[in-house]
Amino acid sequence: MSSVDVRQIIIDIISDIAPDEDTTDLKDSVSLREQLDLDSMDFLDIVMELRKRHKVEVPQEDYPKLATLESCVSYLTPKFG
Amino acid sequence: MDDSRRIVMTGIGLTAPNGNNLREFRSALLEGKSGVKHADIRYMGKQVAGLCDFDEFKYQSKKLRRRGTRAGSISIYCANEAVVDSGLDWSQVDKSRVGVFLGITEHGNVETENEIYDMHQNNLDWKLWSPHHNPRTVANSPAGEVTLNLNITGPHFTLGSACAGGNVGIIQGVKEILLGEVDLALVGGVSESPQTFGIFAAFAAQGALAHHEDPTKASRPLDKNRNGIAISEGGCVYVLERLSDAKKRGAKIYAEIVGYAVNSDASDFVNPNNERQVQCMHLAMKKAGLTENDIDLVNMHATGTGAGDISESKAVRDAFKNSSKTYVNFTKGHIGHCMGAAGSLELAGNLPSFDDGVIHPGINVSELDPDCEIPRLVINHPLKLPEVNIILNNSFGMLGINSALIVKKYKE
Repeated sequence: MSSVDVRQIIIDIISDIAPDEDTTDLKDSVSLREQLDLDSMDFLDIVMELRKRHKVEVPQEDYPKLATLESCVSYLTPKFG
Repeated sequence: MDDSRRIVMTGIGLTAPNGNNLREFRSALLEGKSGVKHADIRYMGKQVAGLCDFDEFKYQSKKLRRRGTRAGSISIYCANEAVVDSGLDWSQVDKSRVGVFLGITEHGNVETENEIYDMHQNNLDWKLWSPHHNPRTVANSPAGEVTLNLNITGPHFTLGSACAGGNVGIIQGVKEILLGEVDLALVGGVSESPQTFGIFAAFAAQGALAHHEDPTKASRPLDKNRNGIAISEGGCVYVLERLSDAKKRGAKIYAEIVGYAVNSDASDFVNPNNERQVQCMHLAMKKAGLTENDIDLVNMHATGTGAGDISESKAVRDAFKNSSKTYVNFTKGHIGHCMGAAGSLELAGNLPSFDDGVIHPGINVSELDPDCEIPRLVINHPLKLPEVNIILNNSFGMLGINSALIVKKYKE
């Protein structure tokens, strides 16, 4: 799966978890929490949805790697294969 | 009595299967408009159910709605509507002196069923169990969601009291104000029960789940051909405050709460006990300093089950055998059984009779069960009286919990 696809997967999940947020112009290198009203429970939801929808597991020690869209893509793309 | 010891209702917010505010709800009750429809219930398919169509996002963000529960959503809608209706300037209210006390029949079934269903759909992967499950299912959840939404820092809890919940929530608010714990109380009851298949399946197993090809005719308390309960959701929240405070701010006063009682059957898990029901009504009247002849209207709990309706009909006949003026109605023919919300919603439906003297009828009674005959029973057609001044509102529940609440038209 391409990095562009993985980026879209993350945005789709965020849009479902935080439907009040505008996700159209997210900056890839800026922390998601700086751009969106997300808290720690939302990140748990992201992890949960990755597992449920795509069978991708994110161990707890790797949660910091979901901080930005850029870090999400670089961490998750190899997992999507 | 000192005005600071008299508790009044000064705001109402509600959602019922046939209306999303008191005006719509009352109109539907007078027009005989049912809110019971067919719904697709997980595993069971088409069943009758009363579902509400209020705007979930009027007072809550989509994200927090997703995080919370249907019961929380109903509670937030009703609480906000009640506050708006009360005319309180919410920005000026001391939130540490506000309490939230909501009756519930049950809570947590919906989320638990959903999680297990999801897990089952995903090869029993327990790691998919939601981190939101615990905050969603703790028993205080619906009341807690109201405090989060309205920034209330006073006490909050739900009162698990089966289908007596709507009355019990109100009664708790009265006590909290009289104890000096709070100055304002948001009280009532809520139900999300149709969102869980288990409640349908259990009533079906008991032979007590209503069914009819026309869903609007499925809930038919006191009718000879009734066949059970139409499970409904809903909510009704009142603003309660001291009469002295209400007068100070020139509030509209819907009613004064003058008596209440809660007792227990101590006889069966599900079957009612009409002796205890009579005692409960008598106790409420005694507390109010009233006799049977003072009560203008009794709203029956009347769920549409065989045993329940016969027991309560006998109880009402016995409790009011000395009255020559008490009329009797019921509300579940219109809305089904709103479970924890039933008591507070049904009371709201009758409150406008203080202004216009009109009693809404219990509907869907094609042939009155002879065992359910009660003097001055108002069925199928509204009744106009010269005036209605005092209402006794019954609400009973499983494990033998009975409640009776008495409200009076406010007069200077």
